[in-house]
Amino acid sequence: MVASQKDNSKVWQRRTTLQQYSVWLSWLIGLSIFTYCWQLISDKTIWMFVMDATTQASDLAERMIPPKWSYMANLWEPVWDTINIATLGTAIALVFAVPVAFCAARNTTPSVYFVRPIALFVIVSSRSINSLIWALMLVTIIGPGVLAGTVAIGLRSIGFCAKLLYEAIEEIDPSQVEAITATGASKGQQLIYGIVPQILPAFAGISVFRWDINIRESTVLGLVGAGGIGLQLDASISTLAWTQVSLILLVILGTVIVSEWVSARIRHSII
Amino acid sequence: MLRLDSLVKKYKTGDMALKSVNLEIPNGQVLALIGPSGAGKSTLIRCVNRLVEPTSGNVWLGDVELTRLGSSSLRKARRKMGMIFQEYALVERLSVMENVLSGRLGYTGFWRSFFRKFPQPDIDEAFHLLERVGLDHMANKRADELSGGQRQRVGICRALIQNPEILLIDEPTASLDPKTSRQIMRLICELCEERQLAAIINIHDVLLAQMFSKRIIGLQLGEVVYDGPPDGLTPEVLTRIYGEEDWEATVERVDEDNLDAPADILG
Repeated sequence: MVASQKDNSKVWQRRTTLQQYSVWLSWLIGLSIFTYCWQLISDKTIWMFVMDATTQASDLAERMIPPKWSYMANLWEPVWDTINIATLGTAIALVFAVPVAFCAARNTTPSVYFVRPIALFVIVSSRSINSLIWALMLVTIIGPGVLAGTVAIGLRSIGFCAKLLYEAIEEIDPSQVEAITATGASKGQQLIYGIVPQILPAFAGISVFRWDINIRESTVLGLVGAGGIGLQLDASISTLAWTQVSLILLVILGTVIVSEWVSARIRHSII
Repeated sequence: MLRLDSLVKKYKTGDMALKSVNLEIPNGQVLALIGPSGAGKSTLIRCVNRLVEPTSGNVWLGDVELTRLGSSSLRKARRKMGMIFQEYALVERLSVMENVLSGRLGYTGFWRSFFRKFPQPDIDEAFHLLERVGLDHMANKRADELSGGQRQRVGICRALIQNPEILLIDEPTASLDPKTSRQIMRLICELCEERQLAAIINIHDVLLAQMFSKRIIGLQLGEVVYDGPPDGLTPEVLTRIYGEEDWEATVERVDEDNLDAPADILG
């Protein structure tokens, strides 16, 4: 970046001296903060408990093995619920995310100064609240159960899907839309011929990706009473039924692996 | 007939892309618009169908003043102006047939176009045009599977199916190799001849312009600095359009090329 003259030859350095010092100083500050925080955590930890962590862990593992396979009969329904929460939640989210995305994208929004900020606010507020917290609130509002979980997943996913989709809309090739416009097409026709074909792969990819995330998220929603397999997990932990807990963890692992496989296959075939 | 009356385009950045351009193009005339990059060639043709809004001045197509139209009558008027683009601007993920039929969008309702239920005469015409440019066997291919020359042929079909009175052609050969460029230019000129279409062809290849067009407009910094026949492009004129360079070779080569080019192409 910097070239200066020295004895008839040009000297090149990546940074000026001042920049070099400020980089060094930033590292110093960063490391100091890290050391300080480390100290703080260390002081507040009861190291005696940590010392026997290995014993505790092996003890817990011992109590978890073997998984209580017969408990599986009680799990099929919650697993089915979990998948339904994720799938319906994703579907609901997409229904709302598509119009929000078109309002948020700079090149398709009806108004940059009025509609776009609202759409962006919807996206940010949906994204900033974790689905577990959405579920916690919804359980108090609409009562415990699968519905609360579905709505929680839906609300959390609107922002995610809309954000990725509006970024895809902003990245389309404008000349294709221009060409459609030049034929005398109406706004709606420009949308379905010029824009939609360009964002369809992104849309499919985003939906499947979010569905995959939602399967994982919906496994814990039961912890706050919003339905799904988390309900059984919570109950088993409270009653110290560790052999059931290990079975549930295995089932969750299996479900997530299957969903990842399905979503990878779908994405691969679409894109 | 297309008429531009003291057409001015000033971009928000303050750039004067067009400084009071006056131009008259009779029916059926193919006109080549040459000039260096940034001379305002693209702006000029986009001001005609108002993909770019002119700052002042008027554009007349026949007895319609395009510059005064509201959005719905502008859409009707755009149907009469076919446009062909530099990078083809086909909708990449749609089939060749859908791309050609998209030229009929101005004549088709929303739901019919949504469900791809185009009227049978449109479909017949689409097949006929694809056959004319030698792509009838490609109708169901996706546009992004085609080569550059094939894509531009589809672009030509899309413009022609509009049943236009004039073609606005923006650098049709800029992304093509020399041989394909000549084939595409020849095709465009033949089709204009067949259908008695007027055309404005933006082109930065002086040789191609001279080969295929009987009238050349030289644009420089938003002003028309030359309007005349191809053989009037002397080194002095080219210097006026493009700036100081050695133009002798260009002018000589043109004469040879003209001998090679079959006379019937020029009509």
